[in-house]
Amino acid sequence: MIYIALLNVVMLVAALFAYYLRDLIAAVVACAAVSLLASILFYLLQAPDVAMAEAAIGAGLTTAIFVIAIRRTGRYEE
Amino acid sequence: MRAAVSFAVLSLIAVGLALSLGHVPFGIDRMEVGRYYLTHGLADTGAANLVTGVVLNYRALDTLGEVTVLFIASLGLGVFMSLSGPRNGGKLPPTSLIVRRGAGFLFPLILLLGGYIFLHGHLTPGGGFQGGAVIASGFLLLYLGIPGLRLRHGPFTATESIAGLTFVIIGLIGLGVGGYFLSNFLPKGSPFALFSAGVIPILYVAIGLKVGAELAGIVANMIEGGEEG
Repeated sequence: MIYIALLNVVMLVAALFAYYLRDLIAAVVACAAVSLLASILFYLLQAPDVAMAEAAIGAGLTTAIFVIAIRRTGRYEE
Repeated sequence: MRAAVSFAVLSLIAVGLALSLGHVPFGIDRMEVGRYYLTHGLADTGAANLVTGVVLNYRALDTLGEVTVLFIASLGLGVFMSLSGPRNGGKLPPTSLIVRRGAGFLFPLILLLGGYIFLHGHLTPGGGFQGGAVIASGFLLLYLGIPGLRLRHGPFTATESIAGLTFVIIGLIGLGVGGYFLSNFLPKGSPFALFSAGVIPILYVAIGLKVGAELAGIVANMIEGGEEG
């Protein structure tokens, strides 16, 4: 129970970082942290199917696609 | 005037919500469909993993829709990337020998893991979408580890089309044999065996290959950009 509360707090902090950071690459990394912690949370809540999808798509592929898109456009938010 | 109108509309919505939600008993389990799946799922579908039983038996048509949405997204991205002109900063920095060899060494192992996940989708957690995403992340590793890599897109497209056709053809055979689209017409076998649950393993292999080819195609299009045209 304490682990789930701790995970939620860290996820909230990472989500706030993703919102406030001006460096888009850092914001994407914060989003990936939210996804990774969400996947651990899904596993602790006994939903391993969702945890696998979240880890592979949310933390892996989406991050890479965002980073590639940012490399091709601009790194800093105006 | 506007404030009064929006207040009236909002209070109307609030009253409607309160009236309709007031009939739902609080704190009592009303999940009758969920309870039916939990008690009858194994006997109905033959899949030891009940999530797979729901996704590919009770709700298989929705899964076909999901795969179609992913296909259209991949298609749109391919068209968009081939229409846009040359761009700046597209070249990846060179990598060291260890990273190149490591990526090449890990790539078949990642494909094996993805294949395992969707082949055992009816027995253990995971399935076509998860296995396909793992396969696509293997291709991503290959692209990042070996800069300047160019793969032919023909095999991706062929795999994707054949897998999608397999899904629909199995659904149509089920319509002819069992009486409704995607009915489970093969024998269910004994639960927890690899060859069990009728058409579910075949469908999951098709979905795994299709999702893997689509996501790998998205990654390839994003990294290669409009260079291939």
